[in-house]
Amino acid sequence: MTKTYYSPSHEYVSVEDGVATIGITTYAQSQLGDIVFVELPETGRGFKRGDEAAVVESVKAASEVYTPVTGETTEMNEELAANPGLANDDPEGQGWFFKQTIIQEDELTKLMDRAQYDAFVKENR
Amino acid sequence: MSDQNELKKTAFYDLHVEHGAKMVGFAGYSMPLHYEMGIKQEHLYCRDTVGLFDVSHMGQAELIAEDYETAAKALEKIVPGDVLKLKPERLRYSVLLNEKGGIEDDLMITHRIQEDGSHVVGLVVNAGRKTHDYAYISAYLPDDVDFKILDDRSLLALQGPDAEKIMAVWCGEAVGMPYMSEIETNFFDAPCRVSRCGYTGEDGFELSLSNDDASRVAKMLMSHPDVELIGLGARDSLRLEAGFCLYGHDIDTATSPIEADLSWIMNKRRRQEGGFLGDTVILDQVANGPSKRRVGLLPDGPAAPAREGAKLFNDQDQEIGVVTSGGFGPTIGGPVAMGYVTLPHDKLGTSIFVEVRGRKSLWRVTDLPFTPYRTYNAKKPTQH
Repeated sequence: MTKTYYSPSHEYVSVEDGVATIGITTYAQSQLGDIVFVELPETGRGFKRGDEAAVVESVKAASEVYTPVTGETTEMNEELAANPGLANDDPEGQGWFFKQTIIQEDELTKLMDRAQYDAFVKENR
Repeated sequence: MSDQNELKKTAFYDLHVEHGAKMVGFAGYSMPLHYEMGIKQEHLYCRDTVGLFDVSHMGQAELIAEDYETAAKALEKIVPGDVLKLKPERLRYSVLLNEKGGIEDDLMITHRIQEDGSHVVGLVVNAGRKTHDYAYISAYLPDDVDFKILDDRSLLALQGPDAEKIMAVWCGEAVGMPYMSEIETNFFDAPCRVSRCGYTGEDGFELSLSNDDASRVAKMLMSHPDVELIGLGARDSLRLEAGFCLYGHDIDTATSPIEADLSWIMNKRRRQEGGFLGDTVILDQVANGPSKRRVGLLPDGPAAPAREGAKLFNDQDQEIGVVTSGGFGPTIGGPVAMGYVTLPHDKLGTSIFVEVRGRKSLWRVTDLPFTPYRTYNAKKPTQH
C-alpha cells in the first residue's frame, strides 16, 4: 500500500513498506520547464527534514530539491540522471529522484495529502 | 522582479498574451520569457524553421547632421569601429566605449539613407542601457550633430533558415539582401526598414516599423503556418550557442573589447589612428595582449550546466577566471558556457575546471560559436 504526501516546496514523498520515494510534483515540473540536468544524492547520505538533497536544472535555472523527511538515502534514480527529461514526462512515476529511510514517521503528518496539495497549488497559482 | 503594473508594454503585448506567453519584467518592459512551446522547443524550432521575436524594447536612435561624415566622425570618438567608411545601407556591430577602454554598451550602427535622400547614422542599443546610452552619446556629440530617439518605432526579428522564404510572401525586396544590409521598403502596405542581421547565428531579418503598423505586421507574419513566436529565454540560449555577448554579463564598463575577444570590430585605420575614448588602453592591449580574455567552454563529458558566476580553475587548482554566461544549449544538447580566463589559459583545448555547487568538473576552452553560423553570405560574426 503506497501513500503519497506533498510538501509546500512541491516535492512528493511516496511511502511504501517504510521506504520513501522522493521527487518533484507534476506542478513543479510544469513551472520549471524543460529539465536538462539533475544532481542526485549518493546512497548513504543522511538528511534532516528540509535539507537540500538534490538539484534540478531546467533551461531557465537551477533549483534545489528539499527532502521533506529525515532519513538516509538508499538509492538514486540512475535512469533519471541519464535522462533528466523523465522528470518532465513522468514526474510522479519513472521520474522519481531518490529513495530514503524514514526516521521520524510523525514528520509525514506535517505534509499535505493530494487534495490539500491540489488546493494549495490552486491558491498559490 | 518588478511589479508588472509598472512595466512598459510594447506594441505586441496583446499578441504575446494571446499566444500564451509567460510575461516577465525585463529592462522595464513586460516581455515574453516563453510561450506554450517552452524555451527548449522554441530554441530548436528557430534553428530548424523560423521564429519571430519582439525586440521593441531595444533602443532605436539616429545621429543627424548636415552630412553622413559629420555624424560618423562624431560617433567615432566613442566607438572603435570604422563608421566613416561604412557604405550606405550597411550595418556594423560595435561597442560604445568609456575613457578606461571599458564597454558602456554594444550596439548596431547603420549608414542609413532616409526617404528624403539624406544620410544619417542609425543605432540600435540594448533595452537595459538605452536611457544611459542616450544621455552618454548626447554628451559627446558636437553642436552640429543632433540625436534623435525613434521611440515611435517597434522592432521585430524574424530568425531562422526559413526567414527569407517568409519575407518573400509580403516583402519581395528582402529576398537576396546581403547580410548586414538595410533597405527602406514596404512590408505589404506598411512602410518598413528591413535589415538582414540577428542575434541567433541563423539567417534572419529585423523589421523596424511604426508603432501603429507593428501589431498588424506581426499578425500577418503569424498568419503563416511556419512562423512561431519565440521568447527571451530562447533568445538567450540561441545567442549563447552563437557565442554572442550579452551586455551586463559577458561585457560591461570594466571590460575592454580586446578582453572580450571583439578586436575584429576595429579595422586597420582605427587601430593606426586611434582617436576614440580609451584608445591608449585598447591599443596597448592590441599590441601587448590583454591580461584576460573571453573564451568558450565545453565540458569534457557529462557535467552540470555552469551558470554565470561559476569559478574557473587551472590544473594547479588556482582560480583563473569566472563564467559570465552559461546554461544548457538545446542544439548542442548539453551545457555550454562563456567566461573570462587569465592568459595563457585562453588557448584552445586548455583544461579548465569549473566549480558548480562545490564540485569541479573538467571543461575545455573551445572555439566560438558553439553552433556554426548559418547567416546569409556570412563572413564575420555579428550581433543584434
